[in-house]
Amino acid sequence: MKLSRGRFSLDSRKRFSEQSVFGHWYGILTAVLSPEGTRPRAGTRRVRAGHARRAPMTRALSPRPIIRALPPHGAAMKATPLSNCERRFLLRAIQEKKRLDGRQCYDYRNIRVSFGADRGCCIVELGRTRVLAQVSCELVPPKPSRPTEGVLFFNLELSPMAAPGLEPGRQSELLVSLNRLLERCLRDSKCIDTESLCVVAGEKVWQIRLDMHLLNHDGNITDAASIAGIVALCHFRRPDVSVQGEEVTVYTPEERDPVPLSIHHMPICVSFAFFHQGTYLLVDPTEPEERVMDGLLVIAMNKHHEICTIQSSGVLMLLQDQILRCSKITAVKVAEITELIQKALENDQKARKEGGKFGFAESIPNQRITAFKMESAAVDTNDVEEQAGEIIAKADPPSEVFANPVLHTPGTAQIGEGIENSWGDLEESEKEEAAEEEGESEAAAFECEKVETEDTSTLRETKRGEPIVLSDSEEEEVVILEPRELPRKTRTQISSKQENPSKKGFNKRRRKKRTSR
Amino acid sequence: MAVELEGVQCRLRPFSCELGLLSRPDGSAAFLQGDTSVLAGLYGPAEAKVSKELPDRAALEVLLRPKVGLPGVLERSREQLLRQTCEAVILGVLHPRTAISLVLQVLSDAGSLLSCCLNAACMALLDAGLPLATLFCGVTCALQPDGTILLDPTARQEQEARAILTFAIASSERKVLMASTKGSCSVEEMQQCLAAAQRAATTIFQFYRDSVRRRYSKC
Repeated sequence: MKLSRGRFSLDSRKRFSEQSVFGHWYGILTAVLSPEGTRPRAGTRRVRAGHARRAPMTRALSPRPIIRALPPHGAAMKATPLSNCERRFLLRAIQEKKRLDGRQCYDYRNIRVSFGADRGCCIVELGRTRVLAQVSCELVPPKPSRPTEGVLFFNLELSPMAAPGLEPGRQSELLVSLNRLLERCLRDSKCIDTESLCVVAGEKVWQIRLDMHLLNHDGNITDAASIAGIVALCHFRRPDVSVQGEEVTVYTPEERDPVPLSIHHMPICVSFAFFHQGTYLLVDPTEPEERVMDGLLVIAMNKHHEICTIQSSGVLMLLQDQILRCSKITAVKVAEITELIQKALENDQKARKEGGKFGFAESIPNQRITAFKMESAAVDTNDVEEQAGEIIAKADPPSEVFANPVLHTPGTAQIGEGIENSWGDLEESEKEEAAEEEGESEAAAFECEKVETEDTSTLRETKRGEPIVLSDSEEEEVVILEPRELPRKTRTQISSKQENPSKKGFNKRRRKKRTSR
Repeated sequence: MAVELEGVQCRLRPFSCELGLLSRPDGSAAFLQGDTSVLAGLYGPAEAKVSKELPDRAALEVLLRPKVGLPGVLERSREQLLRQTCEAVILGVLHPRTAISLVLQVLSDAGSLLSCCLNAACMALLDAGLPLATLFCGVTCALQPDGTILLDPTARQEQEARAILTFAIASSERKVLMASTKGSCSVEEMQQCLAAAQRAATTIFQFYRDSVRRRYSKC
């Protein structure tokens, strides 16, 4: 995946998209793998590695390559850029050890965890950043390479409401890097025991799916999402299964209590933002701080002081003792956050067990002035019958509707009118075509009469509301419902005269429809 | 067909609403009906992309995101219904060549989801301060096999029902902005459900008033 400087072509758009996605990674790689040579020179001031790679090489190329196709269904908003004076102000303030919200350098914002009524659903608020997480499970065949392990699927989505300029369906670099980091944090750290998710080896395993949605973007999505993810996984209960020989029984929640997932440890990500070439460090950056930072260091750790993932991105030159110091800070923060999570889970468990109320409605504090609750209200519906009767009496009487849906074989339906048969004189198929066309036109027509036709099969009285089934089978009776008598028009294609009445009415009406449009 | 309606059967679930809970969108609201909850975030009127702008009025876009999985056809059809309802109500001609973006996220679904989305959308429009011709609310009615009408049904009641009707009712003269039906019912039954929905709309509009009054009580 190493992109060397010389190899860069204009022709393929794919290269550009790779560039934009992996330019970010390139920064990561250079920081970790290559000690010299491709490291940016000291003194050059660049915000992101992606831009760094583009700047010297795009001299011969068009200034702004259009990488993304227009999304077919996307928000029409633009992102607001950060002004220069805001940027300078933030950087100056950081130099003076001040943050916009008054925190210290190593302080986290308030974390609040609330649970929904469903198992495995939670919302985590880190300051004003809000992430919704939901865990669901399904029985699927396992991966061929791992027949005794369950499948884990993680997905983080940046909802368009989180920030202006976030469009749905567009895989931006930020989204890809967030997803990848969360996957490494949760999957590669082996925090969930996948062997316990196996039901029948090689045939059925549980697939645990974690969906996260970012609802409000105020910085540090990584931390909020990792907390939401692990809380949702701890909160989730999967249905109980029992295997007797070849039989697998999945119990509903009413039959047997659902069982929790087997989780070994809780990895939590802690983000460090660096400013002024690594001189200043801030924990838990907000969105404006993220926009002006040089680089980001993310350390995922559990409360046993084991580092699960470590990632450095952006233009960062870090010394060894800086990274050690960050990991010490991480240990402290992770201990606090884990305690908070445990308490929240216990409170929710207690509320559920004691039969108290739980869910999002209960987590809204009553004192909040922006929130309002109303108890269950009765609606007076005493005169509804009379009112409805009056409206119907005053309305125009409905036209006669013969609710006979026409089906071609039992259990099928057709929408729309069929095309005229242009195949020529195949008598049998024409009869069936006539039947089909009549049937389709009946679906659109309101009035119909039953007419005897000589060369088709016998008629029978159909009850109102009974579906009329037309099928190729010759054993069943075919009923043709003729539309109202309309002036005839001859069709040159059909040879037999008897078929004309049924087709002409249809054609005439179709012509009428065409001209009326 | 005669429908027996007892006062005790027509109850709405406990409602909750929180306004302005998200910091980035211009207007946001979380609406909870019993265990069903929807979060709505609104941006606008803001600068639109040239391909999407309309010369004489604001271009409204509605996005509905389910909790699990990708949005499918059901979400798209609900988005269309919501968009048409909102377009009828928003005075878009006051803001030509702008874009209004309404994003709804399903937080939990325990029945009457479409009406919860409509209510959340209206509260988000109120919170954002967009000019509206009238308020609107959503009411879902479930028609049970024996003919009784249930308002604001739960998921189980929806499954057992013969037909589910959702109406968007405007606050001026309780006119109908949108009607969506699933299942089969007679004309009389539909009119009765509509009349019941209009009664319920009165309660919901009173709830809107009270929550907005509380919101601005200490300004």
